[in-house]
Amino acid sequence: MEDTVNAAVERIRAAGAGPARPARDPVNLPMIRNWLEAIGDRNPRYEQDGLAPPAMTQVWTMRGLHPVADPADPLSAMSAVLDQAGFTSVVATNCEQTYHRYLRDGERVEVRSRLVDVSGPKRTALGEGWFVTTDSTWYVGAEAVASMTFRVLKFRPPDSTAATPASEPAPAATPERAPARAAVSEPAPAATSEQPPAPAAADVLRPVVTRDTAFFWAGTAAGELRIQRCGGCGQLRHPPGPACRQCGADRQDHLVARGTGEIFSFVVHRHPPVPGRRLPIVVVLVELTEGVRMVGELLGADPAQVRIGAAVRVDFVPVDAELTLPAWRLLP
Amino acid sequence: MISGRAAIVGVGETEFSKNSGRSELQLAVEAVRAALADAGLAPADVDGLVTFSMDSTAEIALAREIGAGELRFFSQVGYGGGAACATVQQAALAISAGVARVVVCYRALNERSGRRFGRVSRDVSSAPTSSGVDNGWHYPMGLGTPAATVAMVARRYQHVFGATGEDFGRVAVAARRHAATNPRAWFFERPITLADHQASRWIAEPLRLLDCCQESDGAVAVVVAGVEQAADLRQPPAVITAAAQGSGADQYIMTSYYRDNLTGLPELGVVGRQLWEQSGLVPEEVRVAVLYDHFTPYVLMQLEELGFCPPGEARHFIADGAIELGGRLPVNPHGGQLGEAYIHGMNGIVEAVRQVRGSSVNQVAGAGPVLVTAGTGVPTSGLLLGPADPGAVGP
Repeated sequence: MEDTVNAAVERIRAAGAGPARPARDPVNLPMIRNWLEAIGDRNPRYEQDGLAPPAMTQVWTMRGLHPVADPADPLSAMSAVLDQAGFTSVVATNCEQTYHRYLRDGERVEVRSRLVDVSGPKRTALGEGWFVTTDSTWYVGAEAVASMTFRVLKFRPPDSTAATPASEPAPAATPERAPARAAVSEPAPAATSEQPPAPAAADVLRPVVTRDTAFFWAGTAAGELRIQRCGGCGQLRHPPGPACRQCGADRQDHLVARGTGEIFSFVVHRHPPVPGRRLPIVVVLVELTEGVRMVGELLGADPAQVRIGAAVRVDFVPVDAELTLPAWRLLP
Repeated sequence: MISGRAAIVGVGETEFSKNSGRSELQLAVEAVRAALADAGLAPADVDGLVTFSMDSTAEIALAREIGAGELRFFSQVGYGGGAACATVQQAALAISAGVARVVVCYRALNERSGRRFGRVSRDVSSAPTSSGVDNGWHYPMGLGTPAATVAMVARRYQHVFGATGEDFGRVAVAARRHAATNPRAWFFERPITLADHQASRWIAEPLRLLDCCQESDGAVAVVVAGVEQAADLRQPPAVITAAAQGSGADQYIMTSYYRDNLTGLPELGVVGRQLWEQSGLVPEEVRVAVLYDHFTPYVLMQLEELGFCPPGEARHFIADGAIELGGRLPVNPHGGQLGEAYIHGMNGIVEAVRQVRGSSVNQVAGAGPVLVTAGTGVPTSGLLLGPADPGAVGP
């Protein structure tokens, strides 16, 4: 399967930029007004001077509400190959745009794209998948007016067994860091795989990271649960801070926790909505084997079966390139 | 000493609603005007203003609207509802230090029709402050509402002491019984039973909907002046017998989960010890307690932390209706925030003043001191209020 994908990558990449796709309509004021209203941009200059907001660039060449896949388009072609290989779901992960100048009322735009890179298969929070990167350039005549690097993750959606995580026995040889299956809460045991798609990982609330706390988040990204250890007296502490309240030292070190602990308390959160989560979720306060406490989501558990004192093991949930959350699973 | 130096001489409130239809600044103006009228003072008499750091109305904006002229003292107290009683403490400190003569404490919010505190706030979790960093250990993990943060402590409290959801429910039943006879309360004439509580839906287990206080629009203001001046004003003064703030060891905002125990409110213990020490009173002398009731479990824990009963015993203390009207310690005769309105604890101070004056719709007989507490789970504050002459007031 990997060979098939890699062969397709070579073929599509070698073909270079696909055919130019012209915008359905010229740059026009009615669409500019609609967009400004929708975004809430009150800058009068666009309408006065007949200029299009640069961030609208992609809008002009969108294919409408019911787009038809274009086999000559590199991203469409690559997606078709990955669909065939079972990586049928898609999520956009990166989009970087560069604007060379404003577009003007009446100009006709076209876009050309080429495949830059396909990397995989990778195990991600959403499932196993391939990152597909394309570059696109918008032209007015021969003049390049904007460009974009765009990356999607084409992934294999979790199979039906993933919908009953609580009844799934942990394998005897659990890897030290089992890959998380979902960036967001997994369905409750009673749920079926027909549930609506999970909310976007982009909605997950992000921590404020400072010089005092960066080591912790670098640790989760590397698959390590790090506990601050005082460089003076060795006192362990979580949440971390810059100064030791025991000995006063301001040299902080850390150790890598074993990743085990017991539930000290827990909440079954049912209302109101939590960004990036499908409710209900179980949030646990874990007392780690090393003695400090830490809050995290308990994944794959039936809320009715959760008990104070239950043994848990850490898991890591990659949200995106910048953030990996620590989470917990019940030990059998 | 702060004790006995200043008094609350006027109180004012807007109506309590779910949609005020006016700006928070407008609500603040209305409440402050009402409080000044109650005291028999004019805006020009005001030389100090105190509010919550969470309030959207700056002291200078309020001063402009009411025509207060020059201000000599202004202050904002942090930590959400924990600020309520501390606003009065700040006023009493300023007056007893001689830097101000008439200080108005206010809180105005469209909490139901505007920004609702019960929701997950992206702003709070991303604030570039030490508190924002603290929130980073909880919000990204899915723990991001006040109810959920309290539920974590409530679960542990149940586990250690054997308290049940019904024990929590009795607090809600008492509040709604009291609100039912208070025409100002949102839940006027709408009492609940324990069965109603038990049938209400889960919000954040082990908390049900009826464990959580309501959301409200409204404003409250109280006027503080020195006791000498108070003697010449329109209303009988509610003398500030004690006023205290408290933060505990290893304190966080709603998530003090890293202390040895998760079964108390040490920050309120700091407040309570000061209140008893400043006043020379003991818990048994308290006639009425106005306890901050955003979530029912913290009312039980306050009774323990303040010394009304030993740790873990509050469920027995309240089992026979002790906190209802006619009980040993009536709690929140106005209905509290569960029953009257959620004005961040400030409406409880007004009820305490009415109990001192003898003018509450649910008046508790006697002349003993009235206790008020502020937001729990956060750095907090408290007051003891009493009449100028304990022998002269009370029905």
